[in-house]
Amino acid sequence: MKSFAIDNPILDAEERLPRTELKALQVHRLRETVTRALKVPFYRKLFKERGITPDSIQSLDDVRRLPFTTKQDMRDNYPLGLCAVPRSDLARIHGSSGTTGKPTFVGYTRQDLKTWSRMCARFLVAGGLRPGHTVQIAFGYGLFTGGFGLHYGVEEVGAAILPVSSGNTARQVNLIQDLQPDAIVCTPSYALNIAEVARGMGIDPRTLSLRYAHFGGEMWTEDMRRQIEAEMDLSAFNNYGLSEIIGPGVSGECMARGGMHIQEDHFLVECLDPETLEPVDDYSYGELVITALTREAMPMIRYRTRDIAALDPCICECGRTTTRMTRVMGRSDDMLIIRGVNVFPSQIEEALFQVEATAPHYLVEVDRPGSMDEITVKVEIRPEFLSDRMSVMQKLREQIGRRIQTVAGVHAKVELLPPQTLERSVGKAVRVVDHRPLR
Amino acid sequence: MKMHQLSMFLENKPGRLSEPCRLLADAGINILTLSVADTQQFGILRLIVAGWEQAKAVLEESGFVVNVTEVVATEVVDQPGGLAGILEIIESAGLNIEYMYAFTFRCEDKAVIVFRFDNNDDAVSALQEKGVNVVSGVELYERARQ
Repeated sequence: MKSFAIDNPILDAEERLPRTELKALQVHRLRETVTRALKVPFYRKLFKERGITPDSIQSLDDVRRLPFTTKQDMRDNYPLGLCAVPRSDLARIHGSSGTTGKPTFVGYTRQDLKTWSRMCARFLVAGGLRPGHTVQIAFGYGLFTGGFGLHYGVEEVGAAILPVSSGNTARQVNLIQDLQPDAIVCTPSYALNIAEVARGMGIDPRTLSLRYAHFGGEMWTEDMRRQIEAEMDLSAFNNYGLSEIIGPGVSGECMARGGMHIQEDHFLVECLDPETLEPVDDYSYGELVITALTREAMPMIRYRTRDIAALDPCICECGRTTTRMTRVMGRSDDMLIIRGVNVFPSQIEEALFQVEATAPHYLVEVDRPGSMDEITVKVEIRPEFLSDRMSVMQKLREQIGRRIQTVAGVHAKVELLPPQTLERSVGKAVRVVDHRPLR
Repeated sequence: MKMHQLSMFLENKPGRLSEPCRLLADAGINILTLSVADTQQFGILRLIVAGWEQAKAVLEESGFVVNVTEVVATEVVDQPGGLAGILEIIESAGLNIEYMYAFTFRCEDKAVIVFRFDNNDDAVSALQEKGVNVVSGVELYERARQ
């Protein structure tokens, strides 16, 4: 990694409030959110059924009296039925692509846009961005919140923007070469793509000017971070957000990179067991359920993100007092319950990634031959690790089984496969097949 | 004095064994001897053929991953106690056998056994010291042709 100064300015005082003050602020803002939500017919009806008024909120625990909001609720109120302000008060509308169904739209007031820019500016500064830097934005500009969200965040910091948008990778490389940006904003997989295209053009990506990368928009792993940092010689920072809440800016990493600081003065984040909807312990994985505390146009109450992560309440060495969240390690829709244990395919992938001999091609099969769930992991072995000795192969099998047990907390049957055995898919790979009879 | 063995990692499924054998047959390559070690899920096929380079190329062309390992072939007197004598030499030299299998043909009154030791070089020295005939690959191919 190129060195960076360990100066660490914290943009806003709210990022390092004493916890008691922060909680008091959250309770106050939660009550205001309930007041605003009463202007939305959808919430007004739900609140009435449950006898909820702003005075129902006396402590943070009272958030649990509030109803959840789901993606389906947004679809049912398509396109802007969850707005709490008149249409004329909207300053912008963003939306999700609708790849998993009908698209959904989110409205912003002028104040919402200001808040959003500030949230993005906070994590950009936490991740090294300074006035005077230049940032190449390789997120798509459009309905997607990534492009414009980061654009105004960079502007808020006082750095220069190179608004390239996504695509045309060779041109991205040329622009980096010619205009020497300090940082890039894109998805981590697109960064790898840029590095690959650069190498194809005879350019060593390590020699490029980029020192920082701010990644979001998709799930990625620590292994990917190491790979990108080594291939591009830069420091990569993770940020998190979703359009239903505001877009990027819900949380982001600081220089310590020990989790993403949640902007808790604007977002109340719960971590719940996706089955029981009870809170999980600190440091345990669960579904993030987020209430937007300051949104004017669309007050979002307990939005079920389906994103799986864990919360860390420890105070960070950077001086921020806010709770941190781990990277998103899965989607609750993908969660498998094996003999009562919550297992995410991404955990199995992580375990396999840690064993050098395994190729990134695997298939997880779940079955219930008798009364017990059984999980079988079929994985291809890299050619150079195939042996003529049974003892070597058996040991490898046991090693993979132990890794899965450690990372995913479940006993799995492991089947070793020769290279090129599993079917290759053109689009999204099918990694999990559940043969169990419908529960 | 060692010889080359080809090995392949195969899924334990119907048809997985016949495919490489058919490929070698179509290429006119004769299998001198083989062994299969198997579990419920997978098997390891080990082959001794005359012309291992060509056999390896033929198999790899069809997408098989082929490992080449060195094994040791020794003559064993085909009478009670013949094998026991050899194993005792190995044991007293403190060497381990990973696996072993036999050739299908004999030379005069002797059988030929293939060994995979944890340390092939030490094993060859120990055997030769005790007067055991370690057979070279070339010699074996000659005998197989007779």
